[in-house]
Formats: sequence, C-alpha cells, structure tokens
Amino acid sequence: MVSAPDTETVWHILAKVPDPEIPAISLVDLGIIRDVAWAGDRLEVTVTPTYSGCPATRFINTAIEEALRAAGIEQIEIRTQLTPPWTTDWISEAGRRKLEAYGIAPPTPGAGPERCPRCGSTRLARVSQFGSTPCKAQWRCEDCLEPFDYFKCI
Amino acid sequence: MDKALFEFCLRMGDNTLILGHRVSEWCGHAPVVEEDIALANTALDLIGQTQLWLGLAGEIEGKGRDADALAFRRDAWEMRSVLLVEQPNGDFGQTLMRQYLFDQWQALMLAALEESAEPRIAAIARKARKEVAYHLERSRGTVVGLGDGTEESHARMQAALDRLYPYVGELFSDDAIDSALAERGIAPLPSSLRPDYDAALAETMAEATLSLPENRWSHSGGRDGSRHSEHLGHILAEMQWLQRAYPDATW
Repeated sequence: MVSAPDTETVWHILAKVPDPEIPAISLVDLGIIRDVAWAGDRLEVTVTPTYSGCPATRFINTAIEEALRAAGIEQIEIRTQLTPPWTTDWISEAGRRKLEAYGIAPPTPGAGPERCPRCGSTRLARVSQFGSTPCKAQWRCEDCLEPFDYFKCI
Repeated sequence: MDKALFEFCLRMGDNTLILGHRVSEWCGHAPVVEEDIALANTALDLIGQTQLWLGLAGEIEGKGRDADALAFRRDAWEMRSVLLVEQPNGDFGQTLMRQYLFDQWQALMLAALEESAEPRIAAIARKARKEVAYHLERSRGTVVGLGDGTEESHARMQAALDRLYPYVGELFSDDAIDSALAERGIAPLPSSLRPDYDAALAETMAEATLSLPENRWSHSGGRDGSRHSEHLGHILAEMQWLQRAYPDATW
C-alpha cells in the first residue's frame, strides 16, 4: 500500500484544481477550501460555498474527489461548512493577480472595481449588478470601451 | 421532533422556494438582458437558500426527507410561504415591487437570526444575509428609479404598491410558533421587525415619490398553510410535475 500523502501534499494537489467556472484560478486561490485533515484512513476536506445557489458547488466537489483519487487517496469525505461565511477577502493575492490577468477585475471593498483589467483606466461604469455567474457583475471601461466582469465583493 | 423549529424552517424555506420559482419565470423574458441575468441570479440565490432551510427542516424532522423531498412532494396546504411571494409577476415593475417588499423584510429577519440561539439557523442567516443585501440594493434602486421615473413607470409602480401592500402585514403576524421560538431566543417575534420595516419603507417610497396606502389591513393564511391563494396550486403544478410523474428521477 502506498503511504498516504500528508496534508501539505493534499493542499498542493488542491492548489492545482481549477475553479470550474473561472478556470484561471484554483479552488485554493478562491479560498473555499477551509480545512484538510486525516481521520484514520479517511481524508476530510471542508469546503465552504461561495453563493448558496452556486450551481458549480457540485462540480467543485466532484473535481476535488477526482483529483484526490488520482493521487491514490480512496476514502474521501467532503464536508460543507457554512460559517463563517465565505468572503472575497479569502481570495489569495496570487488569485487576485490571476483574475485580473484573465480579464476579471478582482473584488475591491467599496463601490466597484479599481481599474479596467484590460487598459488600467479608472473611468468605469456599471452595466449590471449581476453577471454571468452569481459571483460576478458587469462593468464597462469608458476609455477602451470594453465590457468586463467584476468579481463582486462580499 | 422539535415541531416549532421544523415549522419555522419550512416558513423560511418555502418563502424563498416560491419566490425563487416565481422570479425564475422571467428567465428569457426580461425587458433587457442585464435585467434577465439579474432576475435569474436572484432566483438562483433564493433557491440556494431554500436548499439550506429545507435541508435543515428535513434534518430536524428526522424522517429522511431531504430538501428535494420537501420541495417537490408537499401539496399546497403543507406549504408555509406567505401570500406575498405567491402573487403573480405582473409587469416588470410589479415583480420588482414584490421583490423589494420581500427583500426589506428578509434583510431585517436575517439580521436578527444571525444572533439565533440555534447555531444552524445563525449559520444560514449569516450566509444568506450577504446575498440578500445585494438583492435589496437592486430592488430598492429599481423601485426608486421607476417610481421617480416617467409618468407611465410611476403610475405602474404606484399600482403595484397598492396591489401588493395588503399582503405585507402577514410577514409580521405572530402566532404560537413564533412566541415559542422567541422565548427560546431562536427567532425574533415577526411583529418586532415591523417598526424598522415601516421606517425603511417610508424612506424608500418617499424617494420613489410613491404613496404608501394608509389602510394596513392584511390578507393572511399562507404562513400557517390554512388559506393559500389560488396561485400556489398553479405554481406547484408546474414546479412539481416531473418529480410527481417520475418519482426519484435523476439526471
């Protein structure tokens, strides 16, 4: 039997699992993996949902299981933890940079995005409070005129 | 079984279930694509919250019913949603007025529930409150924008308010279940939320140049299941037919 990977290795594995809706960042970057712990032979992964109705939640759990099984871990329990509720503050610095490079303005406390992810302009207008996924809103740059996604700050 | 707690979770979950379903009826029909997306996203949040509330209700009941079983296999008289959320969508203004009247109540209720003595309720409230703050910002903004808009939009918003206001009072009516839960520190008495609600509504409607009806008489019978409106049966027929025709169907 192969020896079980330690929790640090598990974190590294999960750091490579992309978010199904925003594949530019990983589940660890997104800050939704709350804990990884062994309980005997069973690995317990605690996940917190971003939005209660986010349809990606089930895909995320499947993606976690697949990645861990591929690493030889057989007994996996995925737990959902609601509290403390997920906040965009838990998105890592690396995650924020990757979001912006991907064309999604990272969350900023306050009224909206800091700058256009394409041209860097700060002349911005909100198109809609909501966007293509529960976690995003639609904005437009008034200089390069491109619409872009803004990761809502919650 | 903790009957009062079970009923409370049904009341919370059925409100979000029925309103979520109602709002989802707009998908593909909204006046502009941004609003279509906003309505669909709001509906999605509400259905997500339903899963949490009805999931907890099933856990409390302890008879193996999960959120899906509770949502899809109860008939109208077993539903605990208030009459307000069953009301038809009407025009876009009426939908957003209904949303605002509900969001304003839900925001106050969830804020109080964050301090609930029942940790599972507090956890759901903390999660849902962030989403509802967002819904409220939008529905309030739309009510103000359309109320203080053109002559046509103003008239429609006033008509929507006049039509829906008689359903508001039910959100604040107390019964034995509420008293029992308030005594245990689990949930606030609905009536205790009314002063803050009235203050918020007065401010919003003044900004929207709309007049709040003076008559505070209210329809009731939704949250105790005794007298739902005829609309609920139609909603359930559409929402439940698949699970009724093909029990336990999965993708």
